[in-house]
Amino acid sequence: MANAAYIYDAIRTPRSRGKANGTLHEVKPVQLAAGLLREMQSRHDLDTARVGDVVLGCVSPVGDQGSDIAKGAVQAAHWDEAVSGVQLDRFCGSGLEAVNTAAAKIVAGQEDLMVAGGVESMSRVPMGSSGGAMYLDPDMIMDQRAVPQGIGADLIATIDGYTREDVDAFAMESQRRAAHARDSGWFDKSVVPVRDEGGLTILKRDDFIKPDTDMQKLGALNPSFAAMGSYGFDDMALSKYLEVARINHVHTPGNSSGIVDGSAAVLIGSEQAGKDLGLTPRGRIVQATMVSTDPVIMLAGPGPAAKKCLEKAGLTVNDVDLWEINEAFASVAMRYMKDLGIDHEITNVNGGSIAMGHPLGATGAMLVSTMLDELERRNAKRAMLSLCIGGGMGISTLIERV
Amino acid sequence: MAFAYEKDANGIVSVTMDMDGPVNAMNDAFLPQFLEAVDRIEAEEDLKGVIWTSAKETFFAGGDLNMLKSITPDGVEALFESVEGTKAVMRRLEKLPVPIVAAINGAALGGGYEICLACNYRIASENPKTKIGLPEVTLGLLPGGGGTVRLTWLLGLEAAMPFLLEGRQVSPSKALATGLVHEVVAPDQLLERAREYILSVQGNETAAVQPWDTKGYKIPGGPSNSPKNAPRIAGATAMLFKKTKGLMPAPTRILDIMTEAAGRIDFDTAQRYESRRFASLTPLAPTKNMIETLFFGMNKVNGGASRPKDIPRSKVQRLGILGAGMMGQGITYSAAMAGIPVVLKDTTLTAAERGKAYTEKLLTKRVEKGRMTTEQRDAVLALITPTNKAEDIKGCDLIIEAVFEKIDVKNAVLSEHEELLAEGGFWGSNTSTLPITRLAEKSAKPANFVGLHFFSPVDKMPLLEIIAGDETSDETLARAFDFARQIKKTPIIVGDKTGFYTSRTIGTKMLEAAQLVAEGQDPLRVDNLSRLTGMPTGMLSLLDEVQLKLVDDIYNTQVQMGLQDPADEATPEARKLVHDLITEHDRLGRATGKGFYEYTADGKAIWSGLAAWRKEGSDLPDQDIQDRIMFRAILETLRCLEEGVLRSVADGNVGSILGIGAPVHTGGYIQFVNTYGLDSFVSRCDELAKLYGDRFAPPEILKNHAADQIAFR
Repeated sequence: MANAAYIYDAIRTPRSRGKANGTLHEVKPVQLAAGLLREMQSRHDLDTARVGDVVLGCVSPVGDQGSDIAKGAVQAAHWDEAVSGVQLDRFCGSGLEAVNTAAAKIVAGQEDLMVAGGVESMSRVPMGSSGGAMYLDPDMIMDQRAVPQGIGADLIATIDGYTREDVDAFAMESQRRAAHARDSGWFDKSVVPVRDEGGLTILKRDDFIKPDTDMQKLGALNPSFAAMGSYGFDDMALSKYLEVARINHVHTPGNSSGIVDGSAAVLIGSEQAGKDLGLTPRGRIVQATMVSTDPVIMLAGPGPAAKKCLEKAGLTVNDVDLWEINEAFASVAMRYMKDLGIDHEITNVNGGSIAMGHPLGATGAMLVSTMLDELERRNAKRAMLSLCIGGGMGISTLIERV
Repeated sequence: MAFAYEKDANGIVSVTMDMDGPVNAMNDAFLPQFLEAVDRIEAEEDLKGVIWTSAKETFFAGGDLNMLKSITPDGVEALFESVEGTKAVMRRLEKLPVPIVAAINGAALGGGYEICLACNYRIASENPKTKIGLPEVTLGLLPGGGGTVRLTWLLGLEAAMPFLLEGRQVSPSKALATGLVHEVVAPDQLLERAREYILSVQGNETAAVQPWDTKGYKIPGGPSNSPKNAPRIAGATAMLFKKTKGLMPAPTRILDIMTEAAGRIDFDTAQRYESRRFASLTPLAPTKNMIETLFFGMNKVNGGASRPKDIPRSKVQRLGILGAGMMGQGITYSAAMAGIPVVLKDTTLTAAERGKAYTEKLLTKRVEKGRMTTEQRDAVLALITPTNKAEDIKGCDLIIEAVFEKIDVKNAVLSEHEELLAEGGFWGSNTSTLPITRLAEKSAKPANFVGLHFFSPVDKMPLLEIIAGDETSDETLARAFDFARQIKKTPIIVGDKTGFYTSRTIGTKMLEAAQLVAEGQDPLRVDNLSRLTGMPTGMLSLLDEVQLKLVDDIYNTQVQMGLQDPADEATPEARKLVHDLITEHDRLGRATGKGFYEYTADGKAIWSGLAAWRKEGSDLPDQDIQDRIMFRAILETLRCLEEGVLRSVADGNVGSILGIGAPVHTGGYIQFVNTYGLDSFVSRCDELAKLYGDRFAPPEILKNHAADQIAFR
């Protein structure tokens, strides 16, 4: 690489239930993002005019989140008027795509300093609000055999033989790890409390985690996609998976990612920019990749994406200390570990979005802060971040401490 | 004859459609007349309203299917222009500043109802024969005369779905309840009421404005992009997949046009979009196939194309049924429903009564669903006399024997009861495999002996395969045919060769699936792929359902009787596999929970023991597996046509769809070849023969048709 893309900081909001009774529902999405920009500015006494561009992922960029929310957030944060902003959408990969886009611009020399991140207020702009042909157009659905993502998650579980107990046990562990990490203060470095304009704290720490979950409670939940599957979506998916007799519907709200509100921001720049502003790099982006796999099963992309990322970086699985795979559904994470031959001990070590929630456009950027903190805490070197993405895509980013 | 145009003293114009031919239809003659009428109305002064009605028994019959089925890809543009031309006139009609009333005197289906939708007000007469609806989808078409868009606007996405996606047709009263018409009146008051209505809304401007031209009109149930409707549309698509396996383009296009029309694009753009998708749908193979077989073929078959000519129509007055088992019960039901008195005999009265109870059960269900009154049910039940006494059968003009499939059992029943037939009566043997000529050898009057192959469950399956023995007279065949029509079955008449038409052909595709398993293919994949051709069930599942044991027994019996020579067996490995499953692994079929599948309370799973036959790494392409199964059935059907087992192409197409699960979108096992392309089909056969054996070699009849480039009609 010509220039290296350094990570100077990575922060995030806490996450809360993405419904009307969630703590963050009262906060406008533009303010969720702007709050983090203000925090970044004050933490580093940042001359914001030096930031070339702010790129934010957002999956439902309509309504409160419409009209290029990244530029809106820049203005709401009263950053210098020289700072531009762009919103992008790569479904659940948006937050990490924003990071990778920023890194690529730094590497290419197009920009010297950028903020990448994401925002999603799922309580205000519900999932699916932006419509789209891929999952709502009869022609496309029939032609592509496009099924809801949960059907794909259940199909992965069926093919790999994950039982309901297996996925519930995975979910339990996610809750346990997340609660332990939060309660041990391991998230405190990056999690920025959300405050109102008078400075009162609205939400200090993640409040979506359910540490008192047990297997019995998880086992009592009804499968989320069985009814949908019976309409014909199962048949559609299986028309492409002829060796599967029927789909075992194992996923429930308990072992799938939670619907939450949240935002994330990562400060990325060249070595020179850091020197000019007196910033100390916490890490760097080593490599980033995209893949696309079968859009019907949809969620099998992360493993191949991580493999491609390692290959391009000239590294192997053993060169990576920690792995982070977005827990869209338990089976996605389990398939990822299986694909890469890695152990749960070094994967999602502080839990994941089953416990903490998945604010769609922000999650990918949140993973950067989670992993940087943990690499530092363990004094380890590299982490791979991956997410499954609609349409069969997969995204992976390899970071390392410097 | 044309449209009668009349203006009364009140300033109301009546247009009475009376086109040449038995019905009004949207053919070449329609547009000029329609245009002329609308031109004239537009030029009227002091116009108060328009009544649109028909001089025929029906209101309007719909599109010209002969024209539509002949459209080639080159003709799409002209079709599009012509549809747009007609629709422009409809648009002018509904935009007139006076109320336009459709006076629906009889059936208004398809294009007929689309004209009604272009009127402001719809009054139907209480004519019991009147059906209203848009059945285009059942023929692989879509309502392209504005109906898809207008009905979506009128009823909303959800309420319009059954009419547009399933082609639901309703009576006038149901049409009123569902909002298809505004009023239902007695037939003799229809025109008077239409006039009265027009006069009653004078001065009310909204009465002359269509909902879609009304400012602020909201489609009931909201637009397609609403959070409630968006997932519903996706779900509806999934349901269509479940039904069509993605093989029929029409229903998906209809749903798509509805989705676009409901708020994504404006009314006029949606109309153009509908025309476009209608025009490009028309030349596709599934559309052509469905029109050819489900309309023309069905009319030919039911119209008696294979019925011996010049024999007067007859009716069965009293029916005797011997054997109150599953088949006897079902035949009893169908006959009683058609108003025929039935004597149902079994060896014990209890068994016979149990047979009658089957009809009672089905009828009670109808009563519960409000589809029948208790009086009607009791009247039907009163037609059935259960008995164990032979003399009660005396005087029946048709006796159907539905006893166990063994020649000596059938012979015994024949000798005991044949003399009880009324003078000139005829005898029907219900069998799926036993040779009729041989059964008739024991008959005193073999000319009056005919094979009647009913399908199970009889009350649901619409086909009757009539088998002509060597001695069966034309008169008997004609009477059997008439009986089939009397009980509302669709009859095909076939020759008495082993397995007749249906059993013989269904056997080939099931055994080809078994052959694939015997060769080492993954059984689940074979079963799934066969189902994905559009057959109602996978071929291995079907083998399980008909019982492996039965398939094996029938074959062995036929070999013993000299009807089959094992040396000629096309798929000996399949025969051996089925035989081994039964004899060595106790897998008799679904009834015992053990076949190719293992059946448990949790559902079914491929029996693990089949792994012994599996050859990993030998997987054939999907297309080859599907073609092997489909082509076997098609080639067998062509051989039946060649050998005269089938009397007509239409019998083969209709029989294959109604009786043995030929995929509907293919138009049946002969029509498939026409749209596949004769030459392409022959060369694919040659390819399959080279790869998989001589059973795929094209028969002479196919080669001849291909050489002469004559489609099978």
